[in-house]
Amino acid sequence: MSVRRPDTHGSMVPNDEVMPYSDDETDDELDDDFDETSDEGEEPEVPRPPHPPVEARPSEIGWKVKANDRPYHQLPEFEKKVFLCIKKSRYSGNAIKTYKYNAITFLPLNLYEQFKRAANLYFLALLILQIIPDITTLPWYTTLIPLVVVLGITAIKDLVDDLARHRMDKEINNRRCDVLLNGSFQETKWMDIQVGDVVRMKKNDFIPADILLLSSSNPNSLCYVETAELDGETNLKFKMGLRVTDERLQQEDQLAQFDALIDCEEPNNRLDKFTGTMLWQRERYPLDLDNMMLRGCKIRNTDVSHGLVIFAGGNTKIMRNGGKTRFKRTKIDELMNYMVYTIFALLILVAAGLAIGHSFWYEEIGSKAWYLYDGKNQSSSYRGFLSFWGYIIVLNTMVPISLYVSVEVIRLGQSKFINWDLQMYFAEKDTPAKARTTTLNEQLGQIEYIFSDKTGTLTQNVMQFKKCTIAERSYGNPTTAEGVTLDRGRPVDWTWNHLADKKFQFMDHSLVAVVRSLKDKEALEFFKLLSLCHTVMVEHKDGDLIYQAASPDEGALVTAARNFGYVFLSRTQDTITIREMDQENTYHMLALLDFNSDRKRMSIILKFPDGRIRLYCKGADTVIYERLSPNSKYKETTQTALDEFANETLRTLCLCYKDISQAEFDAWSRKHKEAQVTMVDRDAALDHVYEEIEKDLMLIGATAIEDKLQEGVPETIATLAKAGIKIWVLTGDKKETAENIGYACSLLTDDMQIHYGEDVNEKLVVRQANRRSEAFTSHPSKKKPAEPFFTDGGKNALIITGGWLNEILYEKKKKRRRLRLRRLGKRPPITNPQDPQPCNDWEKEMRQIDFVDMACECEAVICCRVTPKQKANVVSLVKKYKKAVTLSIGDGANDVNMIKTADIGVGISGQEGMQAVMSSDYAFAQFRYLQRLLLVHGRWSYIRMCKFLRFFFFKNFSFTLIHFWYSFFSGYSSQIGYEDWFITLYNLCYSSLPVLLVGLLDQDVNDKLSLKFPRLYLPGQERRMFNYKNFFVSLFHGIFVSLIIFFIPYGAFLQTMGQDGEAPSDYQSFAVVTASSLIFTVNLQISLDTAYWTFVNCFAVLGSIAIYFGIVFDLHSAGIHFLFPSMFTFTGVASNALRQPYLWLTIILTVGISLLPVICIQFLYKTIWPSDGDKVQRNRKKYEKELEEEERRTKTSAFQRGRRSRRSAYAFSHSRGYADLLASGRSIRRRPPTRGGAQDSIREVSQREAENI
Amino acid sequence: MMASSYNAKEEDGPHSGTPGLGGAAVTKSKKPDNTAFKQQRLVAWQPILTAGTVLPAFFVIGIFFIPIGIALFVTSNNIKEFEIDYTGVDADSPCYSCAKDFSWNSTTSCTCSVDFKLEQPFESNVFMYYGLSNFYQNHRRYVKSRDDSQLYGDLSALTNPSKECEPYRTSNGLPIAPCGAIANSLFNDTLELYYVDSNGTRKEIPLVKKGIAWWTDKHVKFRNPGGNDNLTVSFEGNSKPVNWRKAVYELDPTDSENNGFINEDFIVWMRTAALPTFRKLYRIIQKKSSNTATLPSGNYVLEITYNYPVLSFDGRKRMILSTISWMGGKNPFLGIAYLTVGSICFFLGVVLLIIHHKYDTRNTSADIPS
Repeated sequence: MSVRRPDTHGSMVPNDEVMPYSDDETDDELDDDFDETSDEGEEPEVPRPPHPPVEARPSEIGWKVKANDRPYHQLPEFEKKVFLCIKKSRYSGNAIKTYKYNAITFLPLNLYEQFKRAANLYFLALLILQIIPDITTLPWYTTLIPLVVVLGITAIKDLVDDLARHRMDKEINNRRCDVLLNGSFQETKWMDIQVGDVVRMKKNDFIPADILLLSSSNPNSLCYVETAELDGETNLKFKMGLRVTDERLQQEDQLAQFDALIDCEEPNNRLDKFTGTMLWQRERYPLDLDNMMLRGCKIRNTDVSHGLVIFAGGNTKIMRNGGKTRFKRTKIDELMNYMVYTIFALLILVAAGLAIGHSFWYEEIGSKAWYLYDGKNQSSSYRGFLSFWGYIIVLNTMVPISLYVSVEVIRLGQSKFINWDLQMYFAEKDTPAKARTTTLNEQLGQIEYIFSDKTGTLTQNVMQFKKCTIAERSYGNPTTAEGVTLDRGRPVDWTWNHLADKKFQFMDHSLVAVVRSLKDKEALEFFKLLSLCHTVMVEHKDGDLIYQAASPDEGALVTAARNFGYVFLSRTQDTITIREMDQENTYHMLALLDFNSDRKRMSIILKFPDGRIRLYCKGADTVIYERLSPNSKYKETTQTALDEFANETLRTLCLCYKDISQAEFDAWSRKHKEAQVTMVDRDAALDHVYEEIEKDLMLIGATAIEDKLQEGVPETIATLAKAGIKIWVLTGDKKETAENIGYACSLLTDDMQIHYGEDVNEKLVVRQANRRSEAFTSHPSKKKPAEPFFTDGGKNALIITGGWLNEILYEKKKKRRRLRLRRLGKRPPITNPQDPQPCNDWEKEMRQIDFVDMACECEAVICCRVTPKQKANVVSLVKKYKKAVTLSIGDGANDVNMIKTADIGVGISGQEGMQAVMSSDYAFAQFRYLQRLLLVHGRWSYIRMCKFLRFFFFKNFSFTLIHFWYSFFSGYSSQIGYEDWFITLYNLCYSSLPVLLVGLLDQDVNDKLSLKFPRLYLPGQERRMFNYKNFFVSLFHGIFVSLIIFFIPYGAFLQTMGQDGEAPSDYQSFAVVTASSLIFTVNLQISLDTAYWTFVNCFAVLGSIAIYFGIVFDLHSAGIHFLFPSMFTFTGVASNALRQPYLWLTIILTVGISLLPVICIQFLYKTIWPSDGDKVQRNRKKYEKELEEEERRTKTSAFQRGRRSRRSAYAFSHSRGYADLLASGRSIRRRPPTRGGAQDSIREVSQREAENI
Repeated sequence: MMASSYNAKEEDGPHSGTPGLGGAAVTKSKKPDNTAFKQQRLVAWQPILTAGTVLPAFFVIGIFFIPIGIALFVTSNNIKEFEIDYTGVDADSPCYSCAKDFSWNSTTSCTCSVDFKLEQPFESNVFMYYGLSNFYQNHRRYVKSRDDSQLYGDLSALTNPSKECEPYRTSNGLPIAPCGAIANSLFNDTLELYYVDSNGTRKEIPLVKKGIAWWTDKHVKFRNPGGNDNLTVSFEGNSKPVNWRKAVYELDPTDSENNGFINEDFIVWMRTAALPTFRKLYRIIQKKSSNTATLPSGNYVLEITYNYPVLSFDGRKRMILSTISWMGGKNPFLGIAYLTVGSICFFLGVVLLIIHHKYDTRNTSADIPS
């Protein structure tokens, strides 16, 4: 194969065209299994050749499968210890189990899971403390009721999720498949399939397990599979059985006799690798991935195929892949946890202080008070100790029990809003946006870096034939048939050509006229070339032609030719049949010189019906122009046209031909045959031979293909850039294509200085050398602020290939712990400061930091030719060194790794492939929805969550700290300031609904203004809305309010009497007054914080206050005292206390003093230091009017393409064509007579596909 | 406040068209509903703190609070209150010997009398309180130490009081009724008030002892076991609280409506105070006729049966006489607080107005880059 990575041992410069080989593990995965990776760490750092030989890991080969022999797999040597001495066969059945609980285990397991959370455990501990009689300061129900509610809500959610999984499992396990049992095929459920069974699959069946293909109804036991569920690619792939099994295992009785022993690697998650051997009739046969059909794929175009089950159920590669889902947490989550710890520390501190207070108090006063005698002879310090625990219980509400569950409820609601958003619904494919994880929403408002895949994400992966230049004349702009240029054309009508593809659109009517007139020979030759020179395969389906192309570019060109009357009809191994306008012609194909990324061209040598031999060639302009004949015409004009096309970011190809004499061809053909059988370096030899014939070409013209961007991509990128989000494109594509797309989507602009791998490496080496020489002169630990890499002040962009990334980053396979250990030790002396290679791990790490710093200085970064692993590594580098919030967006299996690595993964849904979506956190159909997801939903979610948390902490501080103030007047006896039922219900009923609604519904500015002013997104990135400062502000606010709520009533009525002479200064009346003041204050405070008042909010605030009074009057009624005289002891308090106008005046004053300073400060802030958000809010009406006006005006695309010529685009995507397959004729004719080298060619095809990922 | 209602009938974005699928009738479209709630377009009022809303609010609050403050302050000043400490700390105070010689075991009660003079007559009804200081009736253990079931007349709780009552749950093997530390420490001084004529004759002032407890307490929360008749039988199996001189059914033998658990002095005591310094209603001196003052100015004698020891824990005992207004007893705090807050609001209003004028022009002209 030609796409082989050049040996990197000697060369310093990596090959830009090739994706470097890498494992599928990312750094994080390396962390997980230390022992294994430490072994790997000893391996040389140089990338290994793409396909390790079979005997690379002999230890892995230990999986033995015997065909048609079920008892064999139950042998004791295949048993593994499961639990203590219970052993089980290591061959799992094919039933899958993704559910977590069953009817019996649900309660214990779910409770166990829930109590693994620190918060729940904390409240359980509190509950236990409350049972101890000596320290129970609050009755048990104050904790139990909220805890049960919280656990209940979570349990119900888990139950619903698990039931869905049960249903899914059941459906999959009950799918049917034919299994060979007792000599004949019987329909069996999937779950009953076992390792070693022979199964029969029909067309469009899902493959039930990882199966070794034995034979199929197609020639050469070829079997087409669709791997969309596995890797997201929609093109068909071929799998092929061994020749020996194909020949001997076609009939049922033959299959029943099959008794081979397969020896292969242990189950693993590598989708791109399988090694094994088959021992059958005393012969060994090697097996590899091409023989394997993996579970999850679908059989296509193959009527019947037979296979042997190798891995079943949980051992299959897809199941092994799916299992590991990283648990992602948001920054707010982390912060929240730290705050809870802070509160906890504060709680212990306060409780300890009060406990000491109690000791002293008891010493001074308590011990002398005869009325307090409790018959226990405890020392004052012991009493202090008990009081400590008592206060821990009393003040526990500082850590709000309902915090976590409320946060979850809010996130769930926000996710629902994302799902419901009509403006993220893609009507064409009927795909709404979907929040697949409900725990990350507010992080969407904090994104600093976006890592985007190119193909299918930025682009539609749809190529369109847009323009062309034929013999000095350019076509493609909207014109009439007479050639008059129009502003807005209508598409050409193809009804004259019954074979035309209806979906193909072309604006230039003059070209059609030219072709149909049959006068312009060059134009006819142009399309003839397009219809002949390609590797597309055709399928006839319901009278329609369906082209299967290796790259969408080729498909687009052949389709264009088809619509212009040159219809590619069919091909055999050595003929191509096309319809030229009205007559069908068959051309004899003498040679097919396939595309590869070095050659950047493909040629075909044909023998015309009249005996002429002609070579047709299409390729990148750079390579074609070198090979043009000196007397070729149109060179200059075509060049101009090419420049023009390139400026429009179209992908161009030059087309040319060459007439060859019979003698010349015969001479070349001999050399060609020789090269084909060369044993060493066949590819190079072939390339050389090809080179000989592809010269003195005659130019016809050039095509321009548009790699169609998804709708709204440039606008989205511009908006996101204004919001301070940096966008990196990570793609497996070639450098030229990626750069081209970079310009097309306005990520790169003409005023940018573009840096390539070489510059980057140079700069890094310089930086490293400086550091070394500094280390010699100055103190090494002295930290200097990093100087910028780019000093010229302009905009910079970085384009780097995977090879250079490898070179620069020196991916280290060592575990971080080891790295840290080594860093602790002394750094080895540096011998030569100019040595470009980093000499130890510390330097490697510094170099990575340098690279990240440099990349982050650039406006745009494009990484091309990167492997999935590198994509993930780049993401984790930024995550690690920049501590930034990252988002990855992609659509294919190659993006899975990066999606899982980033803080937030977004999958493009609506395409057929599901793998990216399955591992993503959010999924929607179009890239442009990203701006709405981030700038609207993300921003709102962040603001809502921050508001919610700030308020939640405030409300619990102001609620709890009353006890603290009260303790100074109650002998530090951990007496509570409220009725215990109030404590129980405060967070559940009285104060949570309004703040929950703010967390769900609040909007400071509406969605349109959020999009109009991307700068409003900045506070989220800077984490300005919720941090330790805000936390302490909330804390002090809480302290202030609790102080007011305690001391105003204290001053107002505790030394006086009520209007009926009875003293209102009893404990119970006091508790009711503080509680009422608190309810008013808290609910009015949230009203002040609500920016978006809907009737629901209004209802909630009024409702909370009403519920409070309702419940209080109920609990204080005679009836409930009659039923539970010792549980509800506040009988009549509410009615007695709240009858007094004096107490109401006190409550009003308390609420007033609590709120007025806040209003005053907020007003001052908004007047003196208004934020962007405040300004937009203030002028909301003005801006809304402006927006309306803007919308009324019809928008014209404001995006200008660059002026500078960019001339490297060409229209082949990165894969080779199907030439080998065509040449071998496998897919074309049934049972071809020759077989030479067939095995090889097929393997190449699938290797190419593996690289495609 | 500045109000604006958000326009709810906006277009639903670029993709308002129904999915153009032929089989749309068969396969249900996944298109989300276009409702105001799901699209987060609920009609809403978006108030913001602007000068137009905040400044008037401050002035209005000022205008409301200042008159309330004045009214409260005036009312409070019109209330007459007289307080006398009869603890007997100083050697020259009349109750010094009673306080000093106090013993739990003495069977005879010590009495002392305190003379005092009212400078001004107390019109209307006068309320007589006893006040205790440094008495932690709000101590957690103390507050808990009662059995509300027992006090509600529950017979099982009568024979088996709650564990919370420990160590005042049983005495000599018999369950205590009423049990617990609160009941045990019932205030048992007796206060009597005499008016001393100009000619030196003492005239007892009638003190009303009913109507001093909350109606709900007396009629709902507290109940004698087995009704009010024959309390002796009801409490037969119970012991009296340790510190009590007489049993619960002897608290007021003259009036069956004020005896046992529903004795009002007992109920008042059982309603524990919020703070260590508190006063509790003891008696009411009712106004006799419209033309004479309830307590005319002049000399009075307070006769105290000194039973209740407070000196051991540094406590104080007081007797308070007070008249009552619509807002209760004398306390200038609330009036002053209202006045202060009202004035501050006014002042802040002015300050904010100045600040607003200084910064407002800058804000409206400043545009934000989009």
